[in-house]
Amino acid sequence: MTDTEGMVESLIYTKPRSLTPTGTHYCPGCTHGIAHRLIAEVIDEMGVREKTIGVAPVGCAVFAYQYFNMDFAEAAHGRAPAMATGLKRVSPDRVVFTYQGDGDLASIGAAEILHAAGRGENITVIFINNAIYGMTGGQMAPTTLPGQRTTSTPVGRDIEMHGFPLKMCEILAQLDGAAYIVRRSLHDPAHIRKAKKAIRQAFEAQSQGLGFSMVELLSSCPTNWGVSPGDALKWIEDHMVPVFPLGDYKVHPAIQNGRKS
Amino acid sequence: MARGRIVVNEELCKGCELCLAVCPKSLIHMATDRFTPKGYRPAELVDPEGECTGCAICSTICPEAAITVYRWVPAKKAVPLGE
Amino acid sequence: MAKELLKGNVAFAEAAIRAGCEAYFGYPITPQTEALEHMAARMPELGRVFLQAESEVAAINMVYGAACAGVRVMSSSSSPGVSLMMEGLSYIAGSEVPVVLVDIMRGGPGLGNIAPSQGDYNQIVKGGGHGDYRPIVLAPATVQELIDLTVEAFDLAEKYRTIVVILADGSLGQMMEPAELPPMREVRKFDQRPDWALTGAAGRDPNVISSIYIDPNEEEVFNLKLVEKQKAIEAHEVRYKSLVVEDAEIGVVAFGTAGRIAQSSIRQARDEGIKVGLFRPISLYPFPYRELREATENLKRILVVEMNGGQMVEDVRLALEGAVPVDFYGRMGGVVPLPDEVLEQIRQVHHSLAEPA
Repeated sequence: MTDTEGMVESLIYTKPRSLTPTGTHYCPGCTHGIAHRLIAEVIDEMGVREKTIGVAPVGCAVFAYQYFNMDFAEAAHGRAPAMATGLKRVSPDRVVFTYQGDGDLASIGAAEILHAAGRGENITVIFINNAIYGMTGGQMAPTTLPGQRTTSTPVGRDIEMHGFPLKMCEILAQLDGAAYIVRRSLHDPAHIRKAKKAIRQAFEAQSQGLGFSMVELLSSCPTNWGVSPGDALKWIEDHMVPVFPLGDYKVHPAIQNGRKS
Repeated sequence: MARGRIVVNEELCKGCELCLAVCPKSLIHMATDRFTPKGYRPAELVDPEGECTGCAICSTICPEAAITVYRWVPAKKAVPLGE
Repeated sequence: MAKELLKGNVAFAEAAIRAGCEAYFGYPITPQTEALEHMAARMPELGRVFLQAESEVAAINMVYGAACAGVRVMSSSSSPGVSLMMEGLSYIAGSEVPVVLVDIMRGGPGLGNIAPSQGDYNQIVKGGGHGDYRPIVLAPATVQELIDLTVEAFDLAEKYRTIVVILADGSLGQMMEPAELPPMREVRKFDQRPDWALTGAAGRDPNVISSIYIDPNEEEVFNLKLVEKQKAIEAHEVRYKSLVVEDAEIGVVAFGTAGRIAQSSIRQARDEGIKVGLFRPISLYPFPYRELREATENLKRILVVEMNGGQMVEDVRLALEGAVPVDFYGRMGGVVPLPDEVLEQIRQVHHSLAEPA
């Protein structure tokens, strides 16, 4: 209905088509939901839902296939990059992505992610780093911060016993097969918007056949960190960003050259 | 009249209050007179003065994609509501 | 097609190619690496997919991914590498996607050695990975059988949406024999992939391939579905060969290379006047319980010969349920028994039958 000044009420935002109508099982305020939304928005905007295949991890996102409205496979813990390799190699014109947490990608799946990146597999990996194991009740992750309390580091992560956190963007960016390796954060709307741009760039890198792309997203786990959703986002900003600096760790020249301003 | 408005899907809202924290005009409140079917206090727009601009910052942070945002725009820029 | 002199490992790799295998993912491990190398040369030539993975763990998960995409896919390995694949095989079984695996067994346990062995019968035939499932297991004894069973394996895997394991040993993988390869079968086109495959949800509801059933009641329904599948396999896919069992007093039961060795021993024993026959199971799952029982329940003694410490012998005893006494002779560690050795065992059994009770 147009008003006298030629204005019309328009739809600005609604739940993306690439998400199912199903409500998720994630805790209130968990940033998994934001990450899912951003991926779905990008897939909708690129118009590739009907040729996209996702690979779900073992972790809180084990039921991701119920929330994304597209073909999906459920991988064994850590093995998603290998499964995605098999899927993409036999169906090179499909869009293949994995969605993995810090245990799945950086612990049990460390070999698989390293080699998928090293081979330059034309897949996109969305890496949810919340410095803890959510699904199993809050144990230490490879990305748990020094001094951070978890159920398996009850007095705080002791570097002498458990070593240092793994910085996956820094590690994978050294590989020639990696085309786009960036770290973003989901702790406030401005950073969420930047995260979405990075996710779009990663999927574009895949569609251009440039090699392996990964977006690491600093995320929260209010339940296992023992704080409110809002405080959890603050904790990301105050404590995780200094240890896991945001930025572009590897950007293929074809992407750099195509960049505006 | 407000330039924008939001509708919160109470099947999906988990009462996490992140939208409340980011609204630049503090127009979102948690309802006190009801629970969602899952037992959460849903967020709702309380905008008696018509201040909502439809900026969509709330929907940017909503983890459940529970918020639908509308805004009055020039006719040629409009997206149909039925989408 | 004419016979050619073929090495076992090369034969099964080429047989898979002729059967329309579209993708191979593997890792080098003696004594089957020639298969990987053959695939490395041939698959790219034919525009198909080959990848040497970073480990057998990765390889089987690549196989899993490709199988989800609806293509004919396989891997091959040997005992320690197959152990690494057990997790992946369980997930594949729990997802009902078709997969072919060739296991060229070697001495074990642990690192063991690279010599031929049948020590993984229990591991493969009884399932291998965790959970209630049984792959079809086929045991060739010659390079020709290796070729024929590999080709059949792809059809069986798709017919039942299950795993088919070709269970062989290092001697079969390494030996060279004249054998015939089948003609080349065309690879399936993208739009011919099965309806259930992950090909992109265009014009249909999304497909999800997963092995998780978080509700125990739903998991049980799925488990029962696998049980029904097993019943169908057991009813229709039994394979075996028997040799001069009809008038025998002694029955030798052996599979794979041990069966082939026993065949030589039995010929010599017959020349010496010993009434001995051979029952050689080819399908280890489904095990030919009924067929073995029918063939041997009137014999006086069974001798099971294996290249392990006694694994298939348990299934033989299960088949016979005490109807006939069962003896066992085995060599382990990668030692291959010679025909004369097995002949001596047959003679001993024969003498013990002639003795007063």
